[in-house]
Amino acid sequence: MFDITAPAPPLWSNGPSPGAFYNFPSLQSAPSDFVTHSQAPVTTATSIVAVAYNNGVIIAGDLLGSYGSLARYRNCPRILKVNDNIILGAGGDYGDFQYIKDFVQEKIVSEECLDDGVKLKPKSLYCWLTRIMYQRRSKFDPFWNNLVVGGIQDGNVFLGTVDKLGTAYTDKIICTGYGAHIATPMLRDALDRNPNPSQAEARRLVEKSMEVLFYRDARSYSKYLIGVIDKDEGIKIEGPVEVPTNWEIANFK
Amino acid sequence: MSLLARPHYPDYSTAPVQHQFYPYADNGGSVVAIAGDDFVVIGADTRLSAGFSIYTRNQNKLFPLAKTTVLGCSGCWCDTLTLTRILKSRMQMYAQEHNKTMSTTACAQMLSTMLYYKRFFPYSISNVLVGLDNEATTLSGTAKRRFTKLGGSAGALLQPLLDNQIGQKNMEIVSKEPLSQEKALKILKDVFISAAERDIYTGDSVFINIITKDGIQEDKFELRKD
Repeated sequence: MFDITAPAPPLWSNGPSPGAFYNFPSLQSAPSDFVTHSQAPVTTATSIVAVAYNNGVIIAGDLLGSYGSLARYRNCPRILKVNDNIILGAGGDYGDFQYIKDFVQEKIVSEECLDDGVKLKPKSLYCWLTRIMYQRRSKFDPFWNNLVVGGIQDGNVFLGTVDKLGTAYTDKIICTGYGAHIATPMLRDALDRNPNPSQAEARRLVEKSMEVLFYRDARSYSKYLIGVIDKDEGIKIEGPVEVPTNWEIANFK
Repeated sequence: MSLLARPHYPDYSTAPVQHQFYPYADNGGSVVAIAGDDFVVIGADTRLSAGFSIYTRNQNKLFPLAKTTVLGCSGCWCDTLTLTRILKSRMQMYAQEHNKTMSTTACAQMLSTMLYYKRFFPYSISNVLVGLDNEATTLSGTAKRRFTKLGGSAGALLQPLLDNQIGQKNMEIVSKEPLSQEKALKILKDVFISAAERDIYTGDSVFINIITKDGIQEDKFELRKD
């Protein structure tokens, strides 16, 4: 007699049961073989350009969220005011950045709640992020980002960066991603000529870098945010700023 | 059904494309140390790089652990940051527990133990630990005591030069007088100039620490910046 509780026989020998998935004979991996944590970035943001000048720091990053080579999202801000004396910029995986942004802001809120007048300082945030990035790389589940921390600490200008391994350093010029190859040499040359630029001079350098990067970096975008933290003027994030482009020299138009 | 009987269809292969995350970076750098009878000089270049990029030209890679103990690190910078941070806190813990600073030999033993602790996910760093011990001077590699030591990207390039100039190897007329601090410094600087000529991961400038019984004296020396 036909038993309805027994599983239906396969459709052909070694084939699937009705309604089940067919197992290809040359299947080399089971779904469980896949490593579950992020091994590669998905939605990515490109370079960050940052310059420390005599009285503060300027950080710029464009608004594009790329999906591989596809210019997928055109409004992905990644220059962040952390508190009154810290500015944070990020390149790399945008999702990882949003997660980092969430727990950094959470820390700021819980600190505010203590109401003891103590504010997170740039070096503290930089050091903390260094440990977080190193811990995640040691778990083989890195945050796929380049983070740039700028700020004022005890009257001194601070500019530092951390990458996905936890490699961290401070310098007067920090560019990540494509900018490290294109903008850094330009900026180093400019700072060799003029070691202590004013805010206006530093801003011109950053704007020029963003322009060159827009022309040369295929994953870049014409709209960008520019964050300035100054000893006297405080912190402000401006934008979207548009790169002034000139296509007159292009001979295909 | 035997495996051989199965036909193989490459187009239906579902083996994942392996994109492995590599947790180490080679950030370069060279550390050279020379010991005399009552002093040690240690120098490290200040270039921090990865591949063909220079991250910064001004990175100190010497870490004073005690009044007469210095550690020089080169290799994977993120590991260096972590190791030196743990070392510093262990130095502090030791000081508070025993009410004295750790001796150089004890530091060397601690470093060795800490490195072995990470035997199966090692710190990828060349460490050169130098300092004065109770008797006179000591220069410690990870375990061995030597009088010249160097580590890092230009290590293989420079060891023969130091063996000849300090160890007086392959020399016909060997000078018997002890190495003076001035000569050690001169050789150290020359050695870095040579390294910067050939090794792209060594350059910009050298931070030097001169350790005597009076403490640590700092010095800086410029190298080529290309």
